[in-house]
Amino acid sequence: MPEFRTEEVECDVLIIGGGMAGCGAAYEAAHWAKVKGMRVVLVEKAAIERSGAVAMGLSAINMYLGMKWGENTPEDFVRYVRNETMGLSREDLTFDIARHVDASVHMFEEWGLPFFKTPEGRYVREGRWQIMIHGESYKPIVAEAAKAAIGEANLYQRVFVSHLLTDADDPNKIAGAIGFSVRDNVIYVFKAKAVICSAGGAVNVWRPHAVGEGLGRAWYTVFNTGSVYSLMIQAGAQMTQMEHRLVQTRFKDGYGPVGMYFLMFRTKATNAYGDEYEQTRRHELEGWEPYAGSAPMPTPLRNHLMLRDIQEGKGPIYMRTAEALQKMMEGADATRQREVESDAWEDFLDMTISQALLWASNNIDPAKTDSELVLTEPYLMGSHAGTSGAWVSGPEDVSPSDYFWGYNRMTTVQGLFAAGDGVGCAAHKFSSGSYTEGRLAAKAAVNYVYDNPGPANPDGGRVEEIKAALYAPLGHYDQHKDATTRSEINPNYLLPKQALLRLQKIMDEYGGGWGSAYMVNRPTLERGLEQLAMLREDLEKLGARDLHDLLRCWELADRVWCAETHLNHLLYRQETRWPGYYYRGDFPNLDDENWKVFVNSSYDRETGDWNFTKAPYIPVI
Amino acid sequence: MPTFVNPQKCDGCKALEVPACMYICPNNLMKLDTDIGQAFNQEPDACWECFACVKMCPQSAIDLRGYADVMPMGATATPLRGTDSIIWGLKFRDGTLKRFRFPIRSTPWGSIQPHQHASEPGVEDLKDHGMAAEEHYLGVDVLPTPA
Repeated sequence: MPEFRTEEVECDVLIIGGGMAGCGAAYEAAHWAKVKGMRVVLVEKAAIERSGAVAMGLSAINMYLGMKWGENTPEDFVRYVRNETMGLSREDLTFDIARHVDASVHMFEEWGLPFFKTPEGRYVREGRWQIMIHGESYKPIVAEAAKAAIGEANLYQRVFVSHLLTDADDPNKIAGAIGFSVRDNVIYVFKAKAVICSAGGAVNVWRPHAVGEGLGRAWYTVFNTGSVYSLMIQAGAQMTQMEHRLVQTRFKDGYGPVGMYFLMFRTKATNAYGDEYEQTRRHELEGWEPYAGSAPMPTPLRNHLMLRDIQEGKGPIYMRTAEALQKMMEGADATRQREVESDAWEDFLDMTISQALLWASNNIDPAKTDSELVLTEPYLMGSHAGTSGAWVSGPEDVSPSDYFWGYNRMTTVQGLFAAGDGVGCAAHKFSSGSYTEGRLAAKAAVNYVYDNPGPANPDGGRVEEIKAALYAPLGHYDQHKDATTRSEINPNYLLPKQALLRLQKIMDEYGGGWGSAYMVNRPTLERGLEQLAMLREDLEKLGARDLHDLLRCWELADRVWCAETHLNHLLYRQETRWPGYYYRGDFPNLDDENWKVFVNSSYDRETGDWNFTKAPYIPVI
Repeated sequence: MPTFVNPQKCDGCKALEVPACMYICPNNLMKLDTDIGQAFNQEPDACWECFACVKMCPQSAIDLRGYADVMPMGATATPLRGTDSIIWGLKFRDGTLKRFRFPIRSTPWGSIQPHQHASEPGVEDLKDHGMAAEEHYLGVDVLPTPA
C-alpha cells in the first residue's frame, strides 16, 4: 500500500463543494473577506467548471421573480412553495432567497449567460417562476466568476472531503474538515474558523430503473452522493425533513425534462387509453385538502394520480407531444416552425443529452410520436423541489425567534453553515436560489469569523483516527487480494460497487423505492434498518484497488448515512403527507392536526443514538 | 450512454498535465492508461452522459454509445463547442439528420470581473442584510421584508 502524506491548509472560511451553492458562496465570501483580509478556500471533488447538479447545463432558470418588472413578490413565492410542499416550508428561509434571487440572475446575464428575451427586453417566461436560457455553459460561467473571486491558489480540486472536524474543547463548534486527493496519495486537513457545507444531495441510494450501463442515467446528478448530509449528520448538526424525498415525473429512460412540454407547449399527460388522470382522478384527492385544491396542484399529488393509473393497469403513461406540437405548428410559418423544433431539442441538449439521443435511437419525432413518462427512483435533496437538509437559522429581520440563532444559514453547530442541497425546509430554490443561498451563507460565515476570530483548533486525536480509517480499504484489499484469482470475488472484502448494489436493493424493497411503489410501514422500515446495520458493519470490510475505488468507498458511506437517517425519519412521521413521494401503509392519511410540524433529528457520535423532536411550523406570510 | 475513446485519435493530451477528459469528468471516470498513453472510461455504468469530456477533447477522440440496456443502436449526438455557440449534429437510427446551433456565451471567456460594481465593504455593511453590489443588481430600490 502506498504511503500517504498529509497537507494542512489553514483558512478562515472553508467552502465544501463547488456546485451552484458553493460558487455563490465563493463569490460572496471573497467580497466580504476584504473587511479583515480573510482567506476563503473552496474544496471540490471534481473540477468546478463541470461539477454539481448544473454540470451538464440547464435550459431554464426555475426561480426568478422579476421584481423589477413587478411580475412577482417574495410573498407570492412563499405562498406558492407553501402549497407545493403540502404546507411545510420554512417561510423565513424561502422569503430570504426570494428577495435576493433576482440580483444573482442579473449578474449571470452580465457575465455572459445568454437568455431568451421578449421584444421589450424581458426574460421569456416558461412558467410563472421559470425563465428560458441558452444554458449549455451556465456552470462554466458561474465557475469562472467564483475562481476569479477567490483566486486559483485557494481552489482545491479533485479532493474529496469525508468528515468535518470539530473543536478539541467544544464538540459543538466547527474547526475544519478532512479529505483525500482522488489523484495523488495526499490527505488534506483543512483548519477553518467557519465551514460552509454546500456539497450535493443523494442519488443512487435506491435501485434505479436501469439494470446495466444505464445505472449512471439518474435524473439528478449521479455524482451527488449525499455528502452534504453525511458530513453534517456525523458532526452532530440537527437535520430536518430527512423523511422527504423527491420523485420526478420524467420522460422514460432518458429522464429528460418535462417543464417545457408541460408549461410552454401545454402538453397533456394521459394513460394508455387517453384519460387525463389529473382530471379523471381529481376526486381522489379529498384527503389532501386544502393543498390539493390550490393551483398549481402540488407535484406529489400529480405523481400520486399517475401512480394510481399505473397500479390499475392503465399504463404506460404518455406525454402527448404529437397533439401539442401539431397545435403549435398550425398556422405558423416555416421560420416559427423551425424555432419551435429548435427550442424543443435545445431543452434536452442543454441539460439531458441522453434524452435527445434516446429519441434519435428510437426514431422519435415528437411532433408525430408520443413518448412515455415514468416516475423516477427517489432522491434526497434540499434544492430543486426537495426539502431535506440541516435545520438552520434564518435572517434576523424575517425569522421568528424560534428560527433565529445569530447567523443566517448557520446550523446548530457553531460556525457550520449550509446552503443548496444542505439546507432543509427551503424547497424550490433550484439553481439560482441555491447560488443565492450560498451567497447568504457566505456573508454570514464571514460575519461569524469577524465576531469569532480565534484560531481553529481541531481535535488532534480525531484527525489521526479519521486518517487511519480513510485509507483502510486500500490496506484491506492489499492484505487479502491473494485469496482469489479474480479481484471481484473475495471472501474477505466487498468492492464498493457490490455494496452499493446491496444498499439500492435494501432501500428499494424496504425503504419505499419504485419497486415497492414507494410504500413503507413500520415492519418494512425496521427490516430495512436491520439490513442497513449489517451493511454498515460490512463497510468496514470494503476493499479498494486504487484511489478511484477509495473515492467510491467513501461516497458509499455517505449514501448509507443518508439511507439510515431517511428510514429513521420515515418511522418517526406517522402520516402520509406527500403521497406520490412515499406512503406509510400503516398511516395512509394526511394528519395536519398532529403532524403539521417539522421532524428534526440529531445523531450522537459518542453513543450512536438518534434524538428526534418536532419543530413548530410558524407562518411568516 | 457511456463514453468511449477512439484509439485512432486519442494522443493522451501529452502536452497537458492530465488529459482534458480526465481533468473535466465530474465523476472521475476518464483515466489515462499510462502503458499505451491513451484515455479510457474506467466505470461506464457510472457515466451520466454529460458530454463534458466529448466537448473538451482537443482531438475529438471521444464519442458515446447509448446505454446498452436502454438504447437501440445506431444513433449519435455530436457536439462542436466553440467560444460563443455550440453546434449539435444528431443522427437517428434510421439515418435522419438534424443540426442545431445554440448560443452559449455572450461575452469573451475570461472577461468576468466579479466585484466590479461593489464598493470596498465596511464592517457596518457586513452587519446588514444587503449582498455584494446588490444595489446595482437587484432591480428594486429597497430590499423587501415581509409585508
